Amino acid sequence: MSAPTGLPGALEIAAAVRSAERSAVEVLDEHLARVAVGEADVHAFNHLTEQEARAAAAAIDARVAAGDDPGPLAGVPVALKDNLCTRGIPTTCSSRILEGWTPPYDATVVARLSAAGAIAVGKTNLDEFAMGSSTENSAFGPTLNPHDLSRVPGGSSGGSAAAVAAGFAAIALGSDTGGSIRQPAALCGVVGVKPTYGLVSRLGLVAFGSSLDQIGPFAHTVADAAAVLEAIGGHDPGDSTSLPQPVPDVVAAAHAADVSGMRIGLVSELGGEGYQAGVRQRFAEAVAVLEGLGAEVVEVSCPSFDYPLGAYYLILPSEASSNLAKFDGIRYGLRVGDDGTRSVEEVMSLTREAGFGAEVKRRIMLGTYALSSGYYDAYYGSAQKVRTLIQRDFAAAFRRVDVLISPTAPTTAFRLGEKLDDPLAMYLNDVATIPVNLAGNAAMSVPVGLAPEDGLPVGLQVIAPAMADDQLYRVGGALEAALFHRWGGLLIQEVPVR
Amino acid sequence: MSDTPPPDGAAITAEDVAKVAKLARLRLTDAELDRFTHQLSDILEHARDIEALDLDGVEPMARPIPLANVFRPDEPGDTLDREEVLAAAPAVEDHQFRVPPSLGEEQ
Repeated sequence: MSAPTGLPGALEIAAAVRSAERSAVEVLDEHLARVAVGEADVHAFNHLTEQEARAAAAAIDARVAAGDDPGPLAGVPVALKDNLCTRGIPTTCSSRILEGWTPPYDATVVARLSAAGAIAVGKTNLDEFAMGSSTENSAFGPTLNPHDLSRVPGGSSGGSAAAVAAGFAAIALGSDTGGSIRQPAALCGVVGVKPTYGLVSRLGLVAFGSSLDQIGPFAHTVADAAAVLEAIGGHDPGDSTSLPQPVPDVVAAAHAADVSGMRIGLVSELGGEGYQAGVRQRFAEAVAVLEGLGAEVVEVSCPSFDYPLGAYYLILPSEASSNLAKFDGIRYGLRVGDDGTRSVEEVMSLTREAGFGAEVKRRIMLGTYALSSGYYDAYYGSAQKVRTLIQRDFAAAFRRVDVLISPTAPTTAFRLGEKLDDPLAMYLNDVATIPVNLAGNAAMSVPVGLAPEDGLPVGLQVIAPAMADDQLYRVGGALEAALFHRWGGLLIQEVPVR
Repeated sequence: MSDTPPPDGAAITAEDVAKVAKLARLRLTDAELDRFTHQLSDILEHARDIEALDLDGVEPMARPIPLANVFRPDEPGDTLDREEVLAAAPAVEDHQFRVPPSLGEEQ
């Protein structure tokens, strides 16, 4: 692989394309050239949309030439997680059960990015139906971490994180149900954001855990992520869970990047025992940086955060088993065993047996059990009460501080296969990110350096109250600028695969 | 609480797993049945952590935001293209989804 070269960020690209300093076609070619070199190793994509991208880039250039405004993300190559519907382009959720299916409409976020001038380069790999933390649960094979090809990129949005880290796209979209944007962002050394629940439309996102799912951006920089959120956020009448409120001014917050006088809470339950030494070290250094910038850092206890996994792994599978009931071989995708003699029930069972992978089956079983008669109150009902306690802990914490911080994940990227046969060990990856989804708050992962023991990226998580997304960008922006100054560049410039 | 989980060490049995698989329309091999019984037991055992919390009088929370009964005006709008939808279906007949026999012989 060639030596790392400077990767232009989304805002840099858009400014150059809008001023006709560079053409969108040229920017696209540069990214596709990196795909041509690195994709065989990384496997970030399930499907590349090279032809459509070239046509879209040429159209942007034509608009610039005609003096039209091509949009705030003009010519910016974007990678889309393959659980976002794209009209006429395969959308598989990395599952055999949707192989060959093409959606009849675009997800709202896809349409909004396109209207903003962004160029979709492909659909990225994920853990099947977003169930996993390593992108190993894909029917089409794992994605590998561009920093070290023997390691996972995290998950479930591992393809999107890897695509940005490897310079295949300047930005990407993922979905975050329990950490599926923030954890891969941390493991791949990029910025990843889970916006407030309801801030970004989910129309056209294949539903997984409906009370937890949220779409959000991956980017090289905090300001780039803000530009993406501004483009995709805001009310959508097509999604009844979309908040009828304006998006907080995240772009201004990212540029202000000012934490002086801010009160920042260290969550005592997150970051101690069970967290890798290098993760703790880089996190502690980042805390010192924030203090140096004038933030007041205090420790805050959220006792219920010792119990998020138990509640999450009852609530999430329950919602997933209901959402995945629609994959029955009748209206889309795979159908197995329909020989004219077998009943509809038999065909459904054969289709789901052949179409779903092990983790999907495991969670459907878990959810069906937790919701079944006799256990509903004990499992699902109790879990919903724990959820209330977690939300109360957040509310109490946010009376004392403006934001909370923690390491994003307990470890750096782990080796392929290391946790694949131990579901519980895999689930523990998300111990710091899950409480945010249960409460519906906003959170971001920002790169804070490489762990000394393995040279792999470490992420810091910032958590803000619901609808205070701008606070994430203030903290993330300030931290990024200070670390940029210290390192002489962004962490992403260190990625070896390119 | 009226329902209680099964006693310690027997969180879920192979029989339970087989019954749940049938409800979920999932056919499992014997090996899968055995593996899932162990794995689901482990996960449910871990979930029992929450029994350490005092949940008496705590309201359950179903969703993070208080939106409810979101209505829109009942006006005709654009719909999906019928042929485009059917083109992505596994089996089609007379411009409709074709389904396997839904009435068994016992009917």
